[in-house]
Amino acid sequence: MLRAAANEYELVAPGTLGGVLDLLADDPEGWTPLAGGTDVMVLLGAGKLPPGRFVSIWGLPELRGIAVDDDAVTIGALTTYAEVQADATCRAELPMLCQAARESGAAAIQNRGTLGGNIVNASPAADSPPPLLCHDAELLLVSRDGGERRVPYDGFHTGYKRMSMRPDELLRAIRIPRRPRPDPALHLFRKVGTRAAQAISKICFAALAEVREGKVAHVRLAMGSVAPTVVRCKAVEGEIAGRAIDDARIAAAVAALDDDIQPIDDVRSTRHYRERVARNLLEDFLVALAER
Amino acid sequence: MSGPVEIAFTVNGEAKTVRAVAMARLLDVLREDLGLTGTKEGCGEGECGACSVFVDGTLVNSCLIPALQAVGTSIETIEGLAKGDALHPVQEAFIAAGGAQCGICTPGMILAAVSYLRDGGDAKEASIREALAGNLCRCTGYMKIVESVARAAAAIAREERTS
Ligand SMILES: Cc1cc2nc3c(=O)[nH]c(=O)nc-3n(C[C@H](O)[C@H](O)[C@H](O)COP(=O)(O)OP(=O)(O)OC[C@H]3O[C@@H](n4cnc5c(N)ncnc54)[C@H](O)[C@@H]3O)c2cc1C
Ligand code: FES
Ligand code: FES
Repeated sequence: MLRAAANEYELVAPGTLGGVLDLLADDPEGWTPLAGGTDVMVLLGAGKLPPGRFVSIWGLPELRGIAVDDDAVTIGALTTYAEVQADATCRAELPMLCQAARESGAAAIQNRGTLGGNIVNASPAADSPPPLLCHDAELLLVSRDGGERRVPYDGFHTGYKRMSMRPDELLRAIRIPRRPRPDPALHLFRKVGTRAAQAISKICFAALAEVREGKVAHVRLAMGSVAPTVVRCKAVEGEIAGRAIDDARIAAAVAALDDDIQPIDDVRSTRHYRERVARNLLEDFLVALAER
Repeated sequence: MSGPVEIAFTVNGEAKTVRAVAMARLLDVLREDLGLTGTKEGCGEGECGACSVFVDGTLVNSCLIPALQAVGTSIETIEGLAKGDALHPVQEAFIAAGGAQCGICTPGMILAAVSYLRDGGDAKEASIREALAGNLCRCTGYMKIVESVARAAAAIAREERTS
């Protein structure tokens, strides 16, 4: 069998948040968290996981559950895609996140894959980050020595698989500010892949915008699989914020996209295809926005 | 290197304890330590669903679960689905509609279908296809599998109406 022997890996499960944070604090380079395992165990299965020490965080109560207050929806890092889709507040207020969850993997993956794992795995092709960026999400990071700190998700990924998180930290939860209810904004999520289930995105698009008195009052746009990290498209946002959407504006916004994305050729698709599809998706969104 | 640890859990209603390496895949523990070879390995990477089992009532890919994360859980495999000689309605439907050919995907297909129906899934083709999207079959072309699940959905609905 190609697979590496399981006994080349150490795996422990302290069972409490304190126990896990102690391990990470005492030997920060030494331990990798294991949540639902749908990224880590795939590498193991493929013989691509370097031998090492893993600490299971699956089941830690402090990292589970969805809490809703007046200001924010706070989603525990261990919340699975299935749990996101089943939650009434997520369904009502975070339709793009729910759609990303529904289009990630298939049922068995959605029962095990977590939002926290999706973020910290830091794939530029991950599907939940674009909706999270559109909602100005914040991350709650916890460590034994530093307690809990809150950082904007925008800017968290600093390069391919690099992020501003220390090795002694765990992602505890994702905090999403609530939008006005009912929400006047147009939300549009589109994942383009080889097939609806299981396939990793060739491109993932999320956008949210509000029109007031004929002008774009608030806009967020983010994409996956078009750069070394998932990106918020601030050049495009700048072209349309505060403006009326007409053909000239759409053309300017589409032209600005080149400043936001740097797609590449890889096993799943080509640069050319991704550029074309990204522009088309943006245009579709702006046309829909203009019609509101 | 890391030595074996004790894994105590419930499998098909029976308490079991095995010694396994913590990172060993649940799939291997079921097949090799417990002899439950109904659970199959296709891809070993979460893509094909041949290794599907229920852990605490949720459908998962056992190739992606390390043994240590199964400690204290209750697991249901294809071997635990029939009640004695009485097959589950989904098993009956696969036989009636010809939903299995070589059979490698079948245990996973059946458990994914059972999961869908336990959650209240109906006989709609599009919903069945979405529920089974994580299970690959190289033989049937899927038509008869979808038909099997639709039949089972109808049978379960009939049973609920009469009981
Ligand atoms: C068949 C298949 C299909 C898939 N399809 C998709 C898809 O369509 N879209 C998509 O985006 N992804 C997809 N994935 C990838 C994967 O399912 C997701 O990225 C998932 O969200 C990972 O979560 P996990 O809990 O399983 O992560 P794990 O594998 O447990 O962990 C992933 C990484 O995150 C770290 N980590 C996890 N939780 C924390 C935490 N709380 N704090 C700090 N570090 C943490 C781990 O150390 C590890 O580095 C797919 C995977 C498979 C096998
Ligand atoms: S063997 Fe587990 S999904 Fe294919
Ligand atoms: S019956 Fe052979 S793989 Fe499905």
